[in-house]
Amino acid sequence: MSSDWLRQRLTRRGLIVSGVSTAGLTATSVTLLAGTRANGDASYDAATPGAPPPHAGHATSSHEAHGNMISVGDVDGARNGFDPSAMLTDWDTGTVSQLPDGRTLRTFEIGAVDKEIEIVPGIVFPAWTYNGRVPGPSLRVTEDDRVRIVFRNGGSHPHSMHFHGIHSARMDGVPGAGVIAPGEEFVYEFDAKPFGCHLYHCHVLPLKRHIHKGMYGAFVIDPDPARHPEHAEVARSRLLGTPENKEWQEFVMVMNAFDTNFDGENEVYAVNTVGHHFAKHPITVVRSKPVRIYLINVIEFDPVNSLHLHANFFDYYDQGTTLTPTLKTVDTVMQCQAQRGILEFTFKEHETGLYMFHAHQSEFAELGWMGMFDVTDGVV
Amino acid sequence: MNEITPAPTLVPEPAKRFSPSRYSGPLWLALPVLLLAITSAWLLSSDLFRSLERGAPPVERLTFERTVLDQDGIHLKVRAGGSEAMKIVQVQVDEAYWKFTQEPAGDLPRVASAWLHIPYPWVSGEAHEVKILTNLGTSFTHEIAVAVATPKPSLDELAPQALVGAFVGIVPVALGLMLYPVLRRLGRDGLSFLLALTVGLLAFLFVDTVEDALELAGEAAAVFQGHVMVIIAALMTFLVLLGIGRRHGLPTGLALATYIALGIGLHNLGEGLAIGAAFAAGAAGLGAFLVLGFTLHNITEGIGIAAPLLRARPPLMSFIGLALLAGAPAIAGMWLGSLAVSPHWAALALAVGAGAVLQVMVEVGAYLMRTGSSKAWILASPTVITGMACGIAVMYATGMLVKV
Repeated sequence: MSSDWLRQRLTRRGLIVSGVSTAGLTATSVTLLAGTRANGDASYDAATPGAPPPHAGHATSSHEAHGNMISVGDVDGARNGFDPSAMLTDWDTGTVSQLPDGRTLRTFEIGAVDKEIEIVPGIVFPAWTYNGRVPGPSLRVTEDDRVRIVFRNGGSHPHSMHFHGIHSARMDGVPGAGVIAPGEEFVYEFDAKPFGCHLYHCHVLPLKRHIHKGMYGAFVIDPDPARHPEHAEVARSRLLGTPENKEWQEFVMVMNAFDTNFDGENEVYAVNTVGHHFAKHPITVVRSKPVRIYLINVIEFDPVNSLHLHANFFDYYDQGTTLTPTLKTVDTVMQCQAQRGILEFTFKEHETGLYMFHAHQSEFAELGWMGMFDVTDGVV
Repeated sequence: MNEITPAPTLVPEPAKRFSPSRYSGPLWLALPVLLLAITSAWLLSSDLFRSLERGAPPVERLTFERTVLDQDGIHLKVRAGGSEAMKIVQVQVDEAYWKFTQEPAGDLPRVASAWLHIPYPWVSGEAHEVKILTNLGTSFTHEIAVAVATPKPSLDELAPQALVGAFVGIVPVALGLMLYPVLRRLGRDGLSFLLALTVGLLAFLFVDTVEDALELAGEAAAVFQGHVMVIIAALMTFLVLLGIGRRHGLPTGLALATYIALGIGLHNLGEGLAIGAAFAAGAAGLGAFLVLGFTLHNITEGIGIAAPLLRARPPLMSFIGLALLAGAPAIAGMWLGSLAVSPHWAALALAVGAGAVLQVMVEVGAYLMRTGSSKAWILASPTVITGMACGIAVMYATGMLVKV
């Protein structure tokens, strides 16, 4: 970008560049415009008394807490066809049937679709999606279920579904094993194991592009309490639909990002695709019930992502494959790409109000990856 | 050649069969205009070129023309230059989304400009990067190399700038003109040398100004076709000034000196613009050393203006007027530059200056030929060649003082 013509004029004209070089030349040079420059130093933050600087906003609602540092407007969820808030809880448990041996068979139908999605107000991204949404459907099964995924490629490029889990080489979704051309269909089938918080994504090359274009989703395998007698209570609370599980407020958060100008750097960071969504639409949390978050990191181009919870601490189950925490009492957790885990915490002893959460890479937070819990006494 | 001449009597006169009425003139003009209108309507309404589209998004271009930093934040004047109207949907400053307002709001059609007001708490003396995002996700980055409050047109701000402008423009020209009594003692060869020196100096200024104008033109929005604009503006200025100057014959004496002063004044306007712009961009602490450099660099300009006056004896007031005409534009340039003028206007101003310099080069050259002894070959005489070379060399050497 040849934008700063003033600066270029400057270097060409060879005026003394400020800072170190000016200091170095003070012996031979007098700053003729000292008076003017001193006036010019009346910068933004030294604003005239009485005129409040634009960032001194009093937090009266969720996103006013961020003052002016936020994207303008709101995303049209109807046009996108999905809502990041609804995605927190809209598990897809598939079509359930019984196998002859009595085991549960869960069948999912998933299609790859090219779709333009609005990822921050006004900016449209040409995404590749599973079922027209980013992240793709949040699949939830129980340990040892038989999982059958009928995958149809309605997109413009070859695609696949590569599950993080245990399965045969034929079902791996890599080139030669389940990558299908546009218009084709493939059925992935495997037993659901190990239990945990997992993910799936397209494994077609170049991988970087197929992932960052939007082809990923949550894949959660709940533990079967009968198989874990030593932690049966914990396992029951993790198993979707049990009375113990209903005591929890569960949310799935896929940390993703988008490179809108294809320069290898992300312009938008988010949870569930839309930057700043949860800053503008806080997640309602009932104070009396504990919170469980299935957190998955899929961002491209940056080596790590993180979640930091304000004013609270949580237990963390890395990959979700254990029933005892792998990290106890932390308020920040870091994940590389495809790393994921389960966070458990409660606001029981807290005042009601807005509690922030965000990536503790400030850059990600300021580019959209920030949100709020609205802790209430109400009933959800 | 006679054998191929046809017999004229055998050819019927077309004018006799086709006798235009007095309305046919406008009619023949209206026909192509009408056809153009029909063609345009057809092209725009039909989707004739759909097959040429390859699903590519429209080309988007955004030029940053002005940057203003004040207590309300950052203000940018941007100009669109894409293939279709552009939508600016988000603004990032230093990799964070910031609220902003666009004035006027709405889509930005081709060539249209708008101000973006961003309430960003910028930090004095530090660098900031503003990124403009369109609905297509395209980004346009503008770097603020060193943030300082943009000067406002107040006496406090303008007076010290005027002082710098005076040192860059008026002082050196006046010093050069003060050599007038010494120069008068020169003989014919001395005068030729001096005039040749002036041509050399002007040649340097011409190249310098054209280079600056073209560089600025490159920074302007593409729709202005900056490089073509510079050349056309320079040539037009040259022709117009040449015409004006020769209304009453070839200019000599005070008239010629005035044209030289005008050309040099326009060049100094450009010099002032550059210094003022650097000041506004905040990247410059103007050292006395550099201002002194400009003063030395421009002394030769005063000598050049004095050269055609050596055979006249103009009143003192004329010298003052010439010094102001050649020097004062540097002050105006400082002011304009510090208020962050758009690059296409700056390029245009410099192009006009280049045209004016070219005109005086031609006129001084013509004057030199008339004053010389052996008219035809005077331009190739050792005195003149040496003079021109000296003029260019002195400008080049003193130019080193102002290039860091």
